[in-house]
Amino acid sequence: MNSAYILSLLQGLWATVVLSLLTFLFGGIAGFIVALARISRNWAISRGAAAYIEIMQGLPLLVLMGLCFYGPSILGYDSLSPLTAATFALTLYSSAYLGEIWRGCIQAVAKPQWEAAECLGLTRWQRMRAVILPQALRIAIPPTVGFLVQIVKNTSIASLVVGYAELSYNAKIINNATFEPFLYFGIAALMYFAICYPLSVQSRALERKLNVANR
Amino acid sequence: MSPIVELKDVRKSFGELEVLKGVTFEVNRGEVAAIIGQSGSGKSTALRCMDRLETIQGGSMLICGHELHDDDIDLKSLRRDVGIVFQSYNLFPHLTVAENIMLAPRMVKGMKQRQAREIADTVIAKVGLREKMDCYPEQLSGGQQQRVAIARSLAMEPKLMLFDEVTSALDPQLTGEVLRVMEQLAADGMTMILVTHEMAFARKVADRVIYMRDGKVHEMGSSDILRMPATPELAAFVAESAEH
Repeated sequence: MNSAYILSLLQGLWATVVLSLLTFLFGGIAGFIVALARISRNWAISRGAAAYIEIMQGLPLLVLMGLCFYGPSILGYDSLSPLTAATFALTLYSSAYLGEIWRGCIQAVAKPQWEAAECLGLTRWQRMRAVILPQALRIAIPPTVGFLVQIVKNTSIASLVVGYAELSYNAKIINNATFEPFLYFGIAALMYFAICYPLSVQSRALERKLNVANR
Repeated sequence: MSPIVELKDVRKSFGELEVLKGVTFEVNRGEVAAIIGQSGSGKSTALRCMDRLETIQGGSMLICGHELHDDDIDLKSLRRDVGIVFQSYNLFPHLTVAENIMLAPRMVKGMKQRQAREIADTVIAKVGLREKMDCYPEQLSGGQQQRVAIARSLAMEPKLMLFDEVTSALDPQLTGEVLRVMEQLAADGMTMILVTHEMAFARKVADRVIYMRDGKVHEMGSSDILRMPATPELAAFVAESAEH
């Protein structure tokens, strides 16, 4: 085992974390907008959001990455940097899934809650903000964390298409030089596990806690 | 005395099913009206129409000066004037009792925290739950939750209160505490319309009893009609209710 290789893996790990965090952030914001659009009373907005979700969920992430990376230059624009392209593709991908998860959570809040808030005179947005979203949030945490774990693992697809030097990419490069796949992919696997496992544990703990609170 | 609630030939259908087939009645300011009748007679639907949770398809409905059959109705001001309490309480589970009560005064009336708190203190005293202000709904019994729901409605200082079978989900021993609160409200002069199965309560508190049957008002009058029904259907209904 070579310390330079380990350092390279750690750099890859850092790149994975960066890409994951950027995806959480932008995918979360976009997903929230998608969820709100999905439940809009405006037919066109709601159908548009549904179509967006269908398309994004119907495309393999690999293809989406390719489109984001090569697409701009094909259309005659400057090509995106690998990190930007990967973040963009993962944001599109996760916003569709998070949007659908959160739409379900918002609609899972009992309808009488809407009615009660409506009868008190709250506007639609006030109802959403003060009554529905706080309750939807409790329901949303477990599936959201579960999806974030998938995002962390899916960042590895970025290495295949856009050549973003994240954990899998660096492990592959090192293996090409050392021909010790078991060792270096094994270490990479442990590193992924080190990120995902705490998230999963946290998710389960939250689920237990929220189930108690949910009566 | 001018009527605060005026229904004229109100019609409402859900798809093919006609639930209200021309309902006509009035309720005056300060009156307590009890709507009774079998399940499926349209009484709850009629009540929900009064707060425009359902829209009517025919006839006219005047509630606190608002024309409910009007498409351009100012819903916000209607809901300032009308409070409604549901069978299932519908308190907000993520908020404390105080927060539940203060939410609408703050958001709808734009009150400051202190002002809203004063109102909350007043209304919670009316329902006798001052010591529960910082509890969450789940920590309260059904009867207590329903009293909080009444307080939450009162905090908006409505001119008319609607009660939709508010004791139907409660054990008999918890029903009494909710009915006592409602009785006090009636004594304070609140205009109230209640859909109820509590015949004894209707007899005691209601100024006007409206017996609905098959989407229409079948018989209406003072609470005396419960003692001396004019129609055989109401007589049968009263007898049936007395058995329970």
